[in-house]
Amino acid sequence: MISHKAGEHAAIALTLDGAPVVEQAPPRMLLSDFLRQACGKTEVHVGCEHGVCGACTVRVDGRPVRSCLMFAVQVAGHRVETVASLGTRDDLSMLQRQFHEHHALQCGFCTPGILSSAQAFLEEHTDPTEREVVEMLSGHLCRCTGYRAIIDAVLACARERREGIS
Amino acid sequence: MKPARFDYYLPSTLEEALAKLSELGSEGKVLAGGQSLVPMLNMRIAQPAALIDINGLVELDAVACENGALRVGATVRQSTLERSDAALGQVPLLAQALPLIGHWQTRNRGTLCGSLAHADPSAELPLLLAVLDGSVEVHSSRGARTIAARDLFVSFFTTSLEADELIVAAYVPVAPARRCYAFDEVAQRHGDFALVSVACAAEFDEQGALAYLTLALGGASEVPLVVETADALGRHADRELIAALAERASVACDPPSDHHASAAFRRQLVRTLTGRMLTALLRREEAAAT
Amino acid sequence: MIESPARTRPRRWIGEAVPRKEDPALLTGAGRFIDDLDPFPNTHHAAILRSPHAHARILSIDSTRALVLEGVKAVLTGARVAEISQPFHAGITEPVHFYPIAVEKVRYVGEPVAVVVAKDRYIAEDALELIDVEYERLEPVVEIDRALADDSLPLHENVGSNVVHERSFTYGEVDAAFAAAEEIVEATFRFPKYASTPIETYGVIAQYQRGTDTYAIHANFQGPFVLHTLLASALRVPGNRLRILVPPDIGGSFGIKALLYPYMGLIALASKESGVPVKWIEDRLEHLCASSSLTDRLTNVQAAVLRDGTILALRLDHVDNVGAYVRAPEPACLYRMHGTSTGAYRIPALAIHNRLVTTNKLPTGLNRGYGGQEHYFALERTMAIVAKRLHLDRLDVVRRNLVRADEFPYHAPAGSVLDSGDYHTALDEALRLAGYQELLATRDRARARGRSAGIGLACVVEPSGSSMGYITIALPLEQRKRSLPKSGAAEAVTIALDPSGAITVRLGTAPQGQGHQTVTAQIVAEELGVALESIEVVAEVDTQTSPWTIASGTYSSRFAPIAAVAVQQAARKVAMKLRTIAAQECNVPVDDIDLAEGLAIPRGDRSKAIPIKRLAGLAHWNPLALPSGMEPGVYETAYYSVPILEAPDDQDRVNSSAVYGFVVDICLLDVDRETGKIEIQRYVSVHDTGRMLNPLLAEGQIRGGFAHGLGGALMEEMVYDENGALLSGTFVDYLCPTAAEIPPLVIGHVDTPSPFTPLGAKGIGEGNSMSVPVTIANAVADALGVDDITLPLTPRRVWELTQR
Repeated sequence: MISHKAGEHAAIALTLDGAPVVEQAPPRMLLSDFLRQACGKTEVHVGCEHGVCGACTVRVDGRPVRSCLMFAVQVAGHRVETVASLGTRDDLSMLQRQFHEHHALQCGFCTPGILSSAQAFLEEHTDPTEREVVEMLSGHLCRCTGYRAIIDAVLACARERREGIS
Repeated sequence: MKPARFDYYLPSTLEEALAKLSELGSEGKVLAGGQSLVPMLNMRIAQPAALIDINGLVELDAVACENGALRVGATVRQSTLERSDAALGQVPLLAQALPLIGHWQTRNRGTLCGSLAHADPSAELPLLLAVLDGSVEVHSSRGARTIAARDLFVSFFTTSLEADELIVAAYVPVAPARRCYAFDEVAQRHGDFALVSVACAAEFDEQGALAYLTLALGGASEVPLVVETADALGRHADRELIAALAERASVACDPPSDHHASAAFRRQLVRTLTGRMLTALLRREEAAAT
Repeated sequence: MIESPARTRPRRWIGEAVPRKEDPALLTGAGRFIDDLDPFPNTHHAAILRSPHAHARILSIDSTRALVLEGVKAVLTGARVAEISQPFHAGITEPVHFYPIAVEKVRYVGEPVAVVVAKDRYIAEDALELIDVEYERLEPVVEIDRALADDSLPLHENVGSNVVHERSFTYGEVDAAFAAAEEIVEATFRFPKYASTPIETYGVIAQYQRGTDTYAIHANFQGPFVLHTLLASALRVPGNRLRILVPPDIGGSFGIKALLYPYMGLIALASKESGVPVKWIEDRLEHLCASSSLTDRLTNVQAAVLRDGTILALRLDHVDNVGAYVRAPEPACLYRMHGTSTGAYRIPALAIHNRLVTTNKLPTGLNRGYGGQEHYFALERTMAIVAKRLHLDRLDVVRRNLVRADEFPYHAPAGSVLDSGDYHTALDEALRLAGYQELLATRDRARARGRSAGIGLACVVEPSGSSMGYITIALPLEQRKRSLPKSGAAEAVTIALDPSGAITVRLGTAPQGQGHQTVTAQIVAEELGVALESIEVVAEVDTQTSPWTIASGTYSSRFAPIAAVAVQQAARKVAMKLRTIAAQECNVPVDDIDLAEGLAIPRGDRSKAIPIKRLAGLAHWNPLALPSGMEPGVYETAYYSVPILEAPDDQDRVNSSAVYGFVVDICLLDVDRETGKIEIQRYVSVHDTGRMLNPLLAEGQIRGGFAHGLGGALMEEMVYDENGALLSGTFVDYLCPTAAEIPPLVIGHVDTPSPFTPLGAKGIGEGNSMSVPVTIANAVADALGVDDITLPLTPRRVWELTQR
């Protein structure tokens, strides 16, 4: 049994955005804080710390989850991906490009979490309905866009992916 | 919003987990999906001295069909069930209830057993277990026992589990051949806890009379409430019977009042939803019969 | 005018649907938000102990146990803050003292009581649990009605009453109009308290620099920078020793982050007291109980009307609830719409009675739509009620009273000068897009089937570019006369070309996602004839080095009417300099030089064109070769203020905004009487946004404003119980719309460029925040046949309406 005392720091080894990382954290440190503060992943944004807003969403072993509702110690030995695992400034991923073209972001604070969810969603749903996209997206709060452009961007990306495959 | 300090244990066997639970008693809290627990920790509403993280117990991450029931292990994610055509086929009510629980992102972490242990009377899964008359398999270092849904939920956020006990699996009965189901709720937003939810399981005989009926209510009492329906058996589910059942449900419940909904409004919702759900179920069955 | 055929025109960028320059960084998570910054070594972290009581006297605070916790550096309390700082000033005469932390008394649940500075946030929160505070609880004053009662306990004893401001205004022959009226329609309306809740919360990183007695405060503050002056005086330093730095990215604000300034002061003082730089990132629970919200308001309207629906006069009685304190810029919420009180209608006479009350609730401030949603809720509900009482078609009443196209610029009785518009055409366009006849038929068919369907309509004048003077109308004339008149609304922009010709534009607007960098680049690219991609736009603000004015910031939708013009004017200064240099080099008159394609091109002789970067190089490297009297370098700042924004006059009239857009909303909805659920079947919104600068961004603003309006209409409310405890203190209880709650929105345009600004553009982001709550209320009133509608229309409230 692995145990960590409250006052101690645990060494946490994980695969973060494809690279091996070892950093320290006390047991109570939230995964969101760990990724930002210990691992320097300021791509992860914190909006509510009680699992509602979805800004801090990252993928753990491929599945999008709230990083404010996990502890850093829980990802030891696991694979974590932030939005940094998508494209780069000069080489945006298909999804990021569709967000850009559809003006699917304004302040951009909720965006990394939404992209993390949407990317995982599109990997599971090659031909989603609008209703399915809305259900996926309803796990995120965005106060700027009114959501329409985000829905359109995700649907457009799904289409583009299908056309790329066919 | 940062949790208070706690010791952290990640047992690798069930025995280790139970021993630690027994040692810590009420000082220790089990961490499964964490989707209800961690917000409470972050807000410091809960300040346990230690967390026992059961996510390392791979044997609990299994779904199996045993003795006419779906056995869902304690670390099986809600979204795993949602993705399992087999599970949804065996328990069709899961397909109706699961998408209403929180959001996809929280279902990726949240577990069925965790939701049962949390015992929020307005949550979907306790209601599902109640209406299906399921049970949970509970272990402690003292032994194992099975608790039926009706005995599990005691009050708001309170179960009959002892401090050293762990829900190892839930048993959700597989649908008998002629059984049909319905689930409905009113929530303010998609994914919110329902103001009121209703669920039922029913069977109609060859003549279209009710051969089986269980009706249960969520968010309408301190526990998921199963409404007495025995006198409806053998009768045709006509408008009159449905109205009577809806009325009975609204009288039987004892809903809470908060700023989202008054008790009177919840009672009204119980009446309306029960009536609509039974009507829709009947229509569906009639359509299927023709 | 006949153009010379040899003239080269620059590519047009203004009005193009250009995707944003801001996006690549934000899409890759590489934005730089306040919590991403780490500007000072040895930064410590603050957590704030907050009042559990709505109204109580602080008997004692004992920090002994907290101070001995390992990692804790300091604990700051109100008594010390009162010793080392001044209360913040606000624009009313009554002495409501406001400090950024409770001094002697707590006045709302969540008010700061003590600040812990510690090594990290976790330890700081541990220490909060070790501070012992003794309170003596006092009678809470929660609702407006209680605050108005003579025997309610005053929150501020030195004021002696919870009515902390009162003024009356009369414009035109009100009494005569009411005497001449054929009907008097009266109604009372309550508007709830809610807040736009940006997904990024407040954040401050402050360092007190002992050696120089200066403060450097990084904060996701949106302006207005008049609050810089206020903050400096509260901190007891001259303005030049308070440096405010706004990060490049702000995660939404919608007005809420203007009210960050008290925390900027508090954390700055915590840095001074603890001797270390201090970072504070507000958490969501803090945000919901203790950041800011709009006011809740009680309005009584009397309308003097003729039987044909003509409105002769209005009497408006407002009671605005600012919560526990009057925080600048309040009482602005009560006065933003003052000059525009008659809305889109040609109502010649108007009387207003304004009162401001304090209650034991979160204090208020800017919020998208600021003052508009409260105002139009009363006005547009009244219009619907007038039609109903007179048994007239709602459209006839609206059409009869709307300002006509030939009346612009229209001088409203309370002072607003509605610059341009064609309201009747906009209404017709909305009816066309809605398919109004079919909408009526659909509603009637639904009713025939026993369902409760209703149609709502609202017409809203959307002011943008607030003047700096309108708030002074809260002061009586004699008092206003004692200080300098306040007019205008200025913004400043700097454009620099470095020796290689690279262009940098520096803004003072502190945007929060509105796309200012993109539109700025569009304007500069068009004015200078250069490539859009070549322009860098710096949005971070540093009050020591950025151009700024007291009005700077992003609020009152002021970028399009004001800041964009400052950009254009700065670009024109640069263009003139480049053309002057080129004219000398080519030996032609300045007027014969065109800027296009990155070149300065002499008219008629393209072969002599000079690259702009060469002209910039010349200005830097060879100043002696510049035209005589010209300064070296290329660095131009333009300050622009809208000329039409005069100070309030002696008759208390004020043109409170630079320009005025227009919005018409039409909605059809179904009410489920059994469950209280509302289903919106069709929603159409037609806008007058003047000249559109970027249609892609304009649509984004409309859709965002719509979602905020919808939240206010259907679900958002800060609910307090009778003891003043906040019941909606988490995101599980304070409900914001998700993607699943937003119905389809049909958008139309009838744009009339403003004649009063060089670009003719109007703000667009707030109109639907103002119009949607009342449009939906009107539709529900129509569906249920009731008039007494209170927002938000949650299932519970709708069901209660059906039980009347």
